[in-house]
Amino acid sequence: MSKRIDVSDLNVYYGDFLAVEDVSMTLDAKSVTAFIGPSGCGKSTFLRTLNRMHEVIPGARVEGKVLLDGDNLYADGVDPVTVRSQIGMVFQRPNPFPTMSIRDNVLAGVKLNSRRMAKSDADELVETSLRSANLWNEVKDRLGKPGSGLSGGQQQRLCIARAIAVSPDVILMDEPCSALDPISTLAIEDLINELKDEYTVVIVTHNMQQAARVSDRTAFFNIAGTGKPGRLIEFAETATIFNNPGQKSTEDYVSGRFG
Amino acid sequence: MAALMTERKRSALTRGRLPRYTPYVVAGSAIVVAAALMSLIGFNVFGWAVLSAVLFAAGNVACSALVEGRRKAMDKLATSVVAGAFLVALLPLVSVIWTVLVNGIPGLLAPGFLGTSMKGVTGTVDNASVTNHTPVLGGVYHAMLGSVLITLWATLISVPVGLLTSIYLVEYSADNKFSKVITFLVDVMTGIPSIVAGLFAAAFFGLVMGPGTKTGFVAAVALSVLMIPVVVRSSEEMLKIVPNELREAAYALGVRKWRTILKVVIPTAISGIASGVTLAIARVIGETAPLLVTAGFATQINSNVFAGWMASLPTFIYTQIMTPTSPSNPDPSAQRAWAAALLLILLVMLLNLGARLVASLFAPKTGR
Repeated sequence: MSKRIDVSDLNVYYGDFLAVEDVSMTLDAKSVTAFIGPSGCGKSTFLRTLNRMHEVIPGARVEGKVLLDGDNLYADGVDPVTVRSQIGMVFQRPNPFPTMSIRDNVLAGVKLNSRRMAKSDADELVETSLRSANLWNEVKDRLGKPGSGLSGGQQQRLCIARAIAVSPDVILMDEPCSALDPISTLAIEDLINELKDEYTVVIVTHNMQQAARVSDRTAFFNIAGTGKPGRLIEFAETATIFNNPGQKSTEDYVSGRFG
Repeated sequence: MAALMTERKRSALTRGRLPRYTPYVVAGSAIVVAAALMSLIGFNVFGWAVLSAVLFAAGNVACSALVEGRRKAMDKLATSVVAGAFLVALLPLVSVIWTVLVNGIPGLLAPGFLGTSMKGVTGTVDNASVTNHTPVLGGVYHAMLGSVLITLWATLISVPVGLLTSIYLVEYSADNKFSKVITFLVDVMTGIPSIVAGLFAAAFFGLVMGPGTKTGFVAAVALSVLMIPVVVRSSEEMLKIVPNELREAAYALGVRKWRTILKVVIPTAISGIASGVTLAIARVIGETAPLLVTAGFATQINSNVFAGWMASLPTFIYTQIMTPTSPSNPDPSAQRAWAAALLLILLVMLLNLGARLVASLFAPKTGR
């Protein structure tokens, strides 16, 4: 399953501070969209509004609409928990649950919600999720061991497996490779390429080569100055953004002439 | 190529260093000089040891200042001060343990001490055991049982209240005014003198159940007044150090907040919470004042905390010393009191060890 997301006229506030202003964009189903831009320009904040994770931060609120296949995430009576079970998220730092084994980490979405599951179904879910995250061969002999004993790159893939296991429609990734070495990064990038056959993937990255390698479309965010809101400057095919951008500031950023 | 340089006999790098044997020489002379000085003003071992230590520290620092320079001398001075402070802090502890061991072991080993109560042990019994040189009768079973039951009930009251309070403070309050008030009140509660907690419980149950109500449960309420702030504080700290990333990871999987707290946050913090609770228990099990006014003095076994007076180890010690069973022969009572004191120390020590065990049992597993 994979769904598209339509964002229209979205403003994000922290208290009175307008953090992201007036973003409209369409994220196609079964595609990879990359968000690039300087630090503090609101890419991560915007990403978190796509599954209402920003609400974890006190005072954060949103104006505007985010439609998941036509259903507004911010309509009255929408439970953020339902939203998050359909739109999964992978974070910057790998965060497997330290109290759980590798197997339990993959099953966390099921177990933490106390859903009953036959052991054979659980085994199958663990294997398919770990296989989709390209981690099965590395951990199949130690599923009972703690997830925190894996390397950073393996932990991040475990987190991706955990996100996949609840079968979301969309997977959001907030700089998933920024804490990883180049080889683990490559593993994750390959994985993202495979994931887009089944999921809508949105990735925030500071690495422009990575955006160029993995994404179909790229959104460039920028900020006019400290204290000003972040804005979506340009949103186009990745090739266009990197080779023939429409905006001067995009060109400056992707070619390294910014500041 | 130049020939390999041979190692110089006296390295330039070790210039200005005292030889290794210096501290031993200084220590030896300090002991001798101290002995000489003490013999002038009247010798005693304690003064001799203290004076030797002071002379040793001063001599060491002086030598260092002369040869090695200011930095090394300051280092030696600081080391002496730190080591001295450590020894001073250790002194009362060692002294207490030694005294209690010496005085307590005979009573603890007396037959039936752990298994019997004071029921039927009167002044005549004690007088008889002194005149006939028979073993001291009477035991602490009733007090031990009382201490354990009262503390157990205090724990049953304080842990849910304390843990839920800390969960509210950390997970739900978002630092609002109400949480600031709670934190302030918890801080105030931490400073409540234990006798006040006892009087509160006595007065409260006096109002509700009728005047003079003294049961184990009243004592448990008094102890929980002392225990709750400790539990709140320690669990709060433990919940705070659970990384936010784990909460976010659970939320991002579509897990509800209360389930996240129950199944991710608390399991991650459980080892710290458990050891905090155990230390809180160890803290209140030795309380005397609140028990004196709430549980009364019993000499017989009472396993019902809701009815009747109940003995406990601290009050047992207190009554045995202050009002010996046989006023003309207080020695058997003193022996029982020392033995009970030793037992109490052993209990607290076991609880502390238990806290460590619990912490390591519940700690998140590591390994590959």
